[in-house]
Parts: sequence; C-alpha cells; structure tokens
Amino acid sequence: MKPAPFAYAKAKSLDHAIELLARPDGEARLLAGGQSLIATLNMRLSAPKLLIDLNGVDGLAGIAVKSGMVEIGALTRHVEAERSDAIAEHAPLIALAMPHIGHAAIRNRGTLGGSIAFADPAAELPACLVALGGEVEIAGPRGKRTVRADDFFKGLFETALGPGDVLTAIRVPAATPESRVGFAEFARRHGDYAMVGLAATAQADGKGLGDVRLAYFGVGNIPLRARKAETKLTEGNIDDAVQALAADLDPSGDVQATGATKKHLAGVLLRRVAKQLMEQP
Amino acid sequence: MSETRCDITLTVNGETVAETVDARKTLVDFLRDDLVLTGSHVGCEHGVCGACTVRVDGVIVRGCLMLAAQCDGANVETVEGVSDAGEIADLQKAFEQRNALQCGFCTPGMLLTAQELLRDGGVPSREQIREQISGNYCRCTGYHAIVDAIESVAEARAGGKR
Repeated sequence: MKPAPFAYAKAKSLDHAIELLARPDGEARLLAGGQSLIATLNMRLSAPKLLIDLNGVDGLAGIAVKSGMVEIGALTRHVEAERSDAIAEHAPLIALAMPHIGHAAIRNRGTLGGSIAFADPAAELPACLVALGGEVEIAGPRGKRTVRADDFFKGLFETALGPGDVLTAIRVPAATPESRVGFAEFARRHGDYAMVGLAATAQADGKGLGDVRLAYFGVGNIPLRARKAETKLTEGNIDDAVQALAADLDPSGDVQATGATKKHLAGVLLRRVAKQLMEQP
Repeated sequence: MSETRCDITLTVNGETVAETVDARKTLVDFLRDDLVLTGSHVGCEHGVCGACTVRVDGVIVRGCLMLAAQCDGANVETVEGVSDAGEIADLQKAFEQRNALQCGFCTPGMLLTAQELLRDGGVPSREQIREQISGNYCRCTGYHAIVDAIESVAEARAGGKR
C-alpha cells in the first residue's frame, strides 16, 4: 500500500524540530531512520499530517564515553553502533544485541533513538536500556529533561515522550571489569522481531552474581523485569530462577506463539543467558 | 516550510536528476514510476522482503522505507547503474550459472545485498552469507543456489584461495 498524503519538512535544528512539532492538532511525527514509521505509513496504520525529518540535524548523532556513561545520540544508526569500538568496549550488551536487529539494509538506516522512542514491545534496544539501567534525554518546548529507563516505557508503544518532545540521546552506565552481560532471543527468521528475547546485566560478586537485571521483550506491552527470577539468580540457583519466571511473566499469545510457548521459551533463554553471565571472565 | 510537493535534486546512477515529487512518494516508487528504472522491485512495501533494495550514499537501504523527498542531495544507485558499471558482472554471471534465480523477482535486491557483503573483501562463511541475505525473501525458495553463487564469487575475487 501507499501512505496517505502528508506534508514533509526538513528540520534545520533541534529547536526548529520542536517548533514544527508544536502544532495544535498534534498530528506531526518525527522521521528519524523511518524503518518502522514509513512501514506503518505504507500500511496506513498511521496518517500524520506532517513528517518532520530529523536527518541532517547537527549534534544528534554520535557515540561518546564520558563520566562513566556511554552517551549515544538519537540519530546514531544501528550500523554505526554495530561497528563501534566504543560500544564493544563500554556497552557490550548493546554490541551483543545489535546483530539481531533487522537486516543489513535496515541497520544502515535505522537509528537507536528511533527504536527507543517507537518502543516496540518486541524490540531489542528498549530491553537493553532497561537491563542496563540507562536513561533517556528528552528535549521539549520547556527545555531538556532526563528520564530513567524504568520510568520511560509506559505501555504499548507508549513512552514518557509527550507530543512536543524529541528524544535526543540515550545514556547507559559504561561497563566496568565487574560488569556481566547476556543476550539471547528467539525469532523465526534472523533479524525479525523476537517471539521472546532477554537482555541481562549483572555485577560479578566473588564467584556469584550481584545486582542481576533481567529485561524480557516480546512477552508484554513493555520490556519486563523478571524480578523474582533476578533474586533467584543472585542466589546462584538457575533452576529456581526458571521456576520463578512463572510468577514474573504472563505473556499473551500472538500470531507467532501461544502464551504457554512464550513462557517455556523464556525459561530456555534464561538458562542460556545465565550461562553467559556466569561464564564471562 | 512544509510541503506536500517537494523539489529534489539528486544523482541517480551517476546522472543528476531534478524532479518535483509528492512528499508521500517512496524512493522505489520514484525510481520506478518517474525515472522508469524498474529493476528495483516492489514487494511487501513494509521493509520485510528486500525486493526494493537500492543504494543511497553508498549503502543498501529499503527503497520502500525511504521517501524520495529525503533523497534531495543524495547519491542513489540502482541495480541498473551497478550493472552498467560492471561492478557486479561476476556476481550476475554466477547467479545465472548456478541457477540462483528462478522467477528473478528477488534478484536485484539479492545482488545489491550480496555485493555489500563482498565489497568488504575476504571470503565470508556460508552462515555469514545467509545472515546477510536474511532480509531478502526468495519466494521460489532458491536460497541454497544463491548462497552457492555468492560464495563462489567471494572465492574467485579472493583469488580462488580460502
């Protein structure tokens, strides 16, 4: 299908984008990589009146490590993160997740900020952000603010972003020698959205793990922490952690799998990811 | 400031093109309908099938997930241009020899996707080749022959050595 008619404007700056967004009808959408947005326009799942193209706005792309945090500009493309030495070294969870996101042609265009702002419940990056305990930087009509990942994802495709807001960057704590990360997902075809996925972080604590954070995706409306399983994993018991998932997760079925299948797969993933967390040097 | 019709000037297969397009027109529709470059195909129109793969500023993209209006100032290459330049002549020959195209609908996208992997040099593993083309559907399901063709070209370009 073809998109319904809309107007197109190229934002000259962040302020210009915010100014263009401030329409009384609220029917403007930001265009970043467009790899989800244009698909939804083509399918007429949405029909905004105005697209504001952020591509070309200076200062929104790039990867920087400062004050113990890795800052990734919203317009940074997946391919840049995938090939970044800074990401591999300081944000290894994102490096692990990157090859699972879309396909080469998608990663050449898609942006990290776009993926977080779109908040697809089956997408990899929102779960990574939650697992890492990261934060989101937002610019809006009333200035800038920072929102923690745990507070950012509100509901199905719903985030802390207001209609006049632009997501400008994400920040995650830079890895330390004690950091452990794990990532696994099931998808029918490599690069497709996951049926179930798991992004995890922990801190090495002697021979065990501390501060385990398990963020599942594809099993709810937002990335979901499996808190009871986290506790069990901290106690070092993988079997108990898998058992605990029964209380943590209650996925609905979708076109890809039933809720029961997803629940089973969540346990399989937990075993794989627990192994990754425990086996890192 | 914002328009439903946009003036764009871009380079397509080495030639400068200036057109006025609907803001909602996708890049692949612009190439096919306005420039009659029909080598890029339109399949799913939501980024899943890869039939519309073209190059923008040197890298492959989904032609259905970019707007023509976004390509003002861009350098766009289609399978026609890349063919005429001779860049993928060996790949095309290998596809033909190994029967890596049946109906041919996915072939332009497959060629450009494969070339992006091979351009980096070296001989990728069959698994890497499969991963690279994982975003391109062949509904004749002739994937095995496609992987064979890409692998043989990688080996030939590397001088027959692994």
